[in-house]
Amino acid sequence: MADFFSNTYLGIALVLIGQVLLVVVPLLVALAFLMYADRKVWAAVQMRRGPNVVGIYGLLQSFADFLKYMVKEVVFPAGADRFVFLLAPMITLVMSLIAWAVIPFNDGWVVSNINVAILYVFAISSLEVYGVIMGGWASNSKYPFLGSLRSAAQMISYEVSIGLIIIGVIISTGSMNLTDIVHAQDGRFGLFSWYWLPHLPMLFLFFISALAETNRPPFDLPEAESELVAGYQVEYSSTPFLLFMIGELTAVVLMCALTTLLFFGGWLSPIPGLPDGVLWMIAKMLFVFFMFAMVKAITPRYRYDQLMRLGWKIFLPMSLVWVVFVAFAARFDWFWGAFARWG
Amino acid sequence: MTQIDYTRAAKYFLLADFFTGMKLGLKYFFGPKMTVNYPHEKGPLSPRFRGEHALRRYPNGEERCIACKLCEAICPAQAITIDAEPREDGSRRTTRYDIDMTKCIYCGFCQEACPVDAIVEGPNFEFSTETREELFYDKEKLLDNGARWEAEIARNLELDAPYR
Repeated sequence: MADFFSNTYLGIALVLIGQVLLVVVPLLVALAFLMYADRKVWAAVQMRRGPNVVGIYGLLQSFADFLKYMVKEVVFPAGADRFVFLLAPMITLVMSLIAWAVIPFNDGWVVSNINVAILYVFAISSLEVYGVIMGGWASNSKYPFLGSLRSAAQMISYEVSIGLIIIGVIISTGSMNLTDIVHAQDGRFGLFSWYWLPHLPMLFLFFISALAETNRPPFDLPEAESELVAGYQVEYSSTPFLLFMIGELTAVVLMCALTTLLFFGGWLSPIPGLPDGVLWMIAKMLFVFFMFAMVKAITPRYRYDQLMRLGWKIFLPMSLVWVVFVAFAARFDWFWGAFARWG
Repeated sequence: MTQIDYTRAAKYFLLADFFTGMKLGLKYFFGPKMTVNYPHEKGPLSPRFRGEHALRRYPNGEERCIACKLCEAICPAQAITIDAEPREDGSRRTTRYDIDMTKCIYCGFCQEACPVDAIVEGPNFEFSTETREELFYDKEKLLDNGARWEAEIARNLELDAPYR
């Protein structure tokens, strides 16, 4: 039996499918509740109650929304490119889901333990912009097109700084494997051994860049409600819109997972002595998601020129200088070796 | 070369505004919720609230309306239509009393004009309908409303009486 699963193609494929389902199904179920949590946090900060009618405390709200989206009519705008119009939301969803293949939830709990994991995640999240651009273009309408143009510029700008921030972490670890990056943060001091302390400025830069990368407020210019109605989503309805929504939220949760792995030590326990495990990973991801939700509630939207200035004139130089600093700190063992964890 | 405002720059790079906002956000996050859980709980209404119309009766069951048509005359939206003729006992009564609720602007002039407190605007504001036709109220519907809301209407009129 073990031979069948490790040596025949069919067996390996079955095991892989099983692993993929083990990641995707809990992820999608969690998304439903994260959507609800997002709305609840937003509501609470505005002294509202948020969804509280469907199910106990409104817990089933997302499922009601899901049903609503499924049974509604798909409207194709006149002159829209139907193929691209339908392809765009699928690309958004698929791109945000396949990045999870390399995310380790616990020691060894990873679908594909490749040695360039972080490059892979980075490449996939760069491709996500295509869904938005295609959606905006295929709608054959002004607002979606403007929204997708903004989105393209925004995502590309902030990917540059995200890349540089990640390079700092990679230098400190000496590996691009996410499991290795987490192992490198294992130390005697519990949560003070994690990368958030030596890389503290980059934690904030990464967090803000992640907001911009996922089109979350305060960088939600592609779907600016006040000027562009909903940006590239204007012409979408029903299931394609649902796919866009799920794709976006999956990307957000992916960014939570990345922040957790890169800066908060993944599944490592914050207090030395307590057992490590997947629960720590989930708790940290929830914390980062809470911060995402809070930021949405407390910040006003950036103007477009402010967004570009922040990306190119502040984040890029800062992260560039930081990479050089980390390189020297790692090479010459400054700060008791906090920046060099490969030795 | 312009002067650099170092305090502002420091605030900017230390995300001072962000942390202030976060503190405020968390304060409200744990603060009391202001939402009225509408269908289950409702906000207070003034006795002067001008909601759905009703035609009232005297305690002995006699209609109050004497077909003076003052309400029809004063109605700025011309939503009220009244026909009248003498009844068998010789008293003047309406044969038709229609209010087009889609025209009504809820100004309350009709109840101000009424000398016998017959037409009043009650406390009911939940009378939406699925068709437009249901909003063309006739005499029967208005008297019906009067019967249904008499207790509240009488109480509100009494509460408001000292200010008239």
